[in-house]
Amino acid sequence: MKLSSRHLLGIDGMTAEEIALILDTAEGFVQISEREIKKVPTLRGKTVVNFFVEPSTRTRSSFELAEKRLSADALNFSANTSSFSKGESLLDTAKNLEAMSPDFIIIRHSEPGSPHFLARHIDAAIVNAGDGAHEHPTQALLDAFTIRKHKGRLDGLRVAIVGDINHSRVVRSNVLLLTLMGADVVVSGPPTLLPREFDAMGCRMTWKVEEALEGADVVMALRVQHERMNAGYFPTTREYALQFGINSTRLKLAKDDAIVMHPGPMNRGVELSGDLADGNRSVILEQVANGVAVRMAVLYLLAGEPARETTA
Amino acid sequence: MKRLLKNGRVVDPASATDATLDILIEDGRIAAIEESIEPGKSEVIELEGLTVCPGFIDMHVHFREPGQEWKESVATGAAAAASGGFTAVACMPNTVPVMDNRALVEFVQAQAREAGMSRVWPIGAVTKGQDGKELAEIGDMNAAGAVAFSDDGRPIRSSQMMRMALEYSKIFGVPIIDHCEDPDLVAGGVVHEGWVSSRLGFKGWPGVAEDVIVARNILLSDYTGGHVHIAHMSTAGSMRLVREAKARGSRVTCEVTPHHLVLDHEAVMEFDTYTKMNPPLRAAEDLDGLLEGLADGTVDAIATDHAPHHCDEKCVEFSRAPFGVVGLETAVSICLDRLVHRDIISLSRMVELFSTGPAGVLGMDKGKLAVGAEADITVLDLDREVTVDADDFESKSENSPFLKWKLRGGPVMTMVDGRIIHDRR
Repeated sequence: MKLSSRHLLGIDGMTAEEIALILDTAEGFVQISEREIKKVPTLRGKTVVNFFVEPSTRTRSSFELAEKRLSADALNFSANTSSFSKGESLLDTAKNLEAMSPDFIIIRHSEPGSPHFLARHIDAAIVNAGDGAHEHPTQALLDAFTIRKHKGRLDGLRVAIVGDINHSRVVRSNVLLLTLMGADVVVSGPPTLLPREFDAMGCRMTWKVEEALEGADVVMALRVQHERMNAGYFPTTREYALQFGINSTRLKLAKDDAIVMHPGPMNRGVELSGDLADGNRSVILEQVANGVAVRMAVLYLLAGEPARETTA
Repeated sequence: MKRLLKNGRVVDPASATDATLDILIEDGRIAAIEESIEPGKSEVIELEGLTVCPGFIDMHVHFREPGQEWKESVATGAAAAASGGFTAVACMPNTVPVMDNRALVEFVQAQAREAGMSRVWPIGAVTKGQDGKELAEIGDMNAAGAVAFSDDGRPIRSSQMMRMALEYSKIFGVPIIDHCEDPDLVAGGVVHEGWVSSRLGFKGWPGVAEDVIVARNILLSDYTGGHVHIAHMSTAGSMRLVREAKARGSRVTCEVTPHHLVLDHEAVMEFDTYTKMNPPLRAAEDLDGLLEGLADGTVDAIATDHAPHHCDEKCVEFSRAPFGVVGLETAVSICLDRLVHRDIISLSRMVELFSTGPAGVLGMDKGKLAVGAEADITVLDLDREVTVDADDFESKSENSPFLKWKLRGGPVMTMVDGRIIHDRR
């Protein structure tokens, strides 16, 4: 089985079979990262441009590592070092990149739809590494991979996602993916940070965080940015933590074996208490580790035909 | 010189006419409208099977001159109007510099005269530089030919300034046209706030941000007695407010655009910047509300908000693209196909919304076929098969959400002062 698109623009438009294929493929890549020689020749001769127009540490490093472990040639192109910051348009910058014949462009950008824009105008396969508050498909895939590792399935799980729903691309991709795979997802946060009619995506929505956590198999906290406080979405981070922060008292509402997740970067003591972040139910660092395997799987599957060479 | 329009179906809402009639034109004016006129020495224009209407008026266009001629000029805009079946347009003052004085009003008129296509009626700025702080010279601009006043492109933010404009404009009997948007509620919004914006992660432009300003404007109009006209109304809520105000006798009028009547916010899901405009495409319930207002008489005019932008400016990330779509060359076909042929409104009502409706808003004696009137005439072919193609546009810009649409019906001939300025029969 193959993916139907040559791009990964979002979870939107993917089928359950395609998602299962990526997760299954990622299983095979986990052990590569555990070997002494963490490299396979799968993408030898392929060029990948990591085009990051918005700052990112975790996602970019994860992609870069995935590319290197697949033996691709990786080129990092970030906004602050490029002519992009000198006023060149996204299209012109991308056309210039295209002239270097990359096979993949991994794009992180502050504006929704930027990867879709690139896919319309240039030839390389495009992977969305986060477009504004729209989607972050590889994050949702690695989250699903992590959940599946712990719970053995996605179907029928209760997943609570708590935080700044409005500005989160992670939540959008997660809701699309998890509901597609049969999970029951509820999102929660202050009403000022709950997008209108968000439940049209197939999840439930409540500002009563206790209700969201009740019986959850998975509890995911989302980053609450300090800037949002200044923009009037909530009074203080202290009040946010009091009303919506996930702590050990609130976590008692979830199932006894519920896992705690966070896509990072985390504000300790705001959306998630430090003891939970470091506790034995936290899978936060596993998420990071699994990110590499999932991104390897994505690149591998998008590249199409598996490499025939076996010599390394 | 005499011209005889023969055997056309004449639809003139002003005289409640819908009949096969001949129209004789002499020296640029209508000399006779009768069942059968002998041609004599006049040039005969055979219009059997076609529909003859009073010249269509688009009371809301942006011609970008002076200052942004790469998008459009008065000449290309007027040519686009002629091609789209419009004999007159009213152009907004958000040029660079802003049309807030007599010199610029006269400049735009001179450019239009030179182009010799559709009539171009300038709309002067309400405030100097459209800054919302001090009134512009409304009286002097009106004397020079400005037909209405607006800070369009921007809302009039201060209620006090809106009050002053409504008070002052009473001297000249001209409408204040407001782009109704509460800037604090919209702040950064690019598409309608609803399930589409939530799914795509865009900052939403909530319908209520229009409604609160429409309500404010109605209250201020009632208080001052000034005439306020709501530009490009886009929500069901605003429509209810205007309907109620009109029932009370308020001096409020409104227009809607073809794109707000036939497209909803789902159209932006492909991130096509040609679906990005301000106000944004709304929810399905809003479309229903607008269509209801169109049918029940609440709406005074259909106006295009023709807003040309160069394709390079639109070929960027969705949220960075400028707001606006062109509309002059698709409006009539869209309305015939989607409104008249689908029995949402009658042909006569559509003609009214393009003629006596906008003429009435502007307080002008135009938009009718009457003996003695200037021979401004729009001829339609109700069944013409039209495929929207940017290559056919007279406009310099192609930013239409209707590209490639197949439509039934369109304008085939446009006459100003009895002169044929566009002919595709």
